[in-house]
Amino acid sequence: MIRIVLPAHLRTLARVNAEVHLEVEGPVTQRSVLDALEASYPMLRGTLRDHVTQTRRPFVRFFACEQDFSHELPDAPLPEAVASGAEPFLVVGAIAGGRRP
Amino acid sequence: MSTARVLVGTRKGAFVLTSDGKRQEWDISGPHFAGWEIYHIKGSPADPNRLYASQASGWFGQLIQRSNDGGKTWEPVGNKFVYDGVPGTHQWYDGTPHPWEFKRVWHLEPSLTDPDTIYAGVEDAGLFRSNDGGQNWHELSGLRGHGSGPRWQPGAGGMCLHTILLDPANPNRIFVAISAAGAFRSDDSGQTWQPINRGLHSAFLPDPKAEVGHCVHRIAMHRSRPEVLYMQKHWDVMRTDDAGENWQEVSGNLPTDFGFPIDVHAHEPETIYVVPIKSDSEHYPPEGKLRVYRSRTGGNEWEPLTNGLPQNNCYVNVLRDAMAVDSLDSCGIYFGTTGGQVYASADSGDTWSAIVRDLPAVLSVEVQTLP
Repeated sequence: MIRIVLPAHLRTLARVNAEVHLEVEGPVTQRSVLDALEASYPMLRGTLRDHVTQTRRPFVRFFACEQDFSHELPDAPLPEAVASGAEPFLVVGAIAGGRRP
Repeated sequence: MSTARVLVGTRKGAFVLTSDGKRQEWDISGPHFAGWEIYHIKGSPADPNRLYASQASGWFGQLIQRSNDGGKTWEPVGNKFVYDGVPGTHQWYDGTPHPWEFKRVWHLEPSLTDPDTIYAGVEDAGLFRSNDGGQNWHELSGLRGHGSGPRWQPGAGGMCLHTILLDPANPNRIFVAISAAGAFRSDDSGQTWQPINRGLHSAFLPDPKAEVGHCVHRIAMHRSRPEVLYMQKHWDVMRTDDAGENWQEVSGNLPTDFGFPIDVHAHEPETIYVVPIKSDSEHYPPEGKLRVYRSRTGGNEWEPLTNGLPQNNCYVNVLRDAMAVDSLDSCGIYFGTTGGQVYASADSGDTWSAIVRDLPAVLSVEVQTLP
């Protein structure tokens, strides 16, 4: 089981109150986690990554185990602690506030 | 008795204001979509309880929300806006080519006859249509493909398609306006387009009378005379009597002809409203006096409307989509400010009052007249 913590605005959009728990088939990577998240919550499509290119939106960050995975390749394995559910995968809105300088 | 429902989009959420036909007491619901930018909300003329909202965030991008109960509950629908083919380039601020990139939906225009058909005007400028209630969106790419796209450029707010007017007398005719490209018309339901900017003059262009490149801020139409359009341009208030083939300036005695919104009285097609703003770099009313100007002659002769509006130390702006009219017997006029007030007049602009204050900056105002 994968645990995902969404930022407040996306919890409201997805109508969830707390962590999202998902099962992921195969290797646990950013891509497989986000694919599973969007499959369960289709209203999140386009909010975390571009519809077409699937690249991460610039003001969205991915953290886990006190590390920043935002710039890792989407198919790179996430830590075992995320894959086992011991640690959550955190989706975080950048502190910059969503506006390009 | 008929009622009025005002749909307000702000920088941090949407608000729905309702009142009876007297329009003295208002119920306010919201914020809906708290914390998100709501560029526009509009109801379907064919089903007034069907509303669409453009919800956006710099973090999480674009969403479209749909309501089937007049704004009490909402559901997200499709948010995939992909330009048709290779998007190409437009001019950047410095004149260099810049690739088309989708940023947000500025304006939603539901079909006059079908609640499931809706048009979206987007930044970077393009026109999209959904035929299934907003689930799927397809670009009407003949507009961008018309050929002049490489000469379009962003205004200060971005390169946005902000106005969509559907001709009630001719279902094949659509008008749009883009900042900064100009006005365009389609006579075949959006498949092909022609620029309709003859008569416009813009000093910021190398050729001030160019076919495209004009910073049109807003155009408005009275449904009884769809060939007559009124335009608030970056500077100049303009009018056409032949569906955009030729424009004439009707700024007349306005204290300044810069501004953003323009609208037409519901029952008097020659009565129009603008909110003059001091200049392109001073986006506030001249002399700190918030004045709506009304012309009862289709332009040129204007009178200030001040009763109930702040007449000192007022430095708010009124954005292009933030004015609307109802169609009650005594026509109501509404506008919202960047200071968070929504002002209303139930008597065609003679007297005004704030029906809500201290909202986030108002981006858009629409009003529905309900039976």
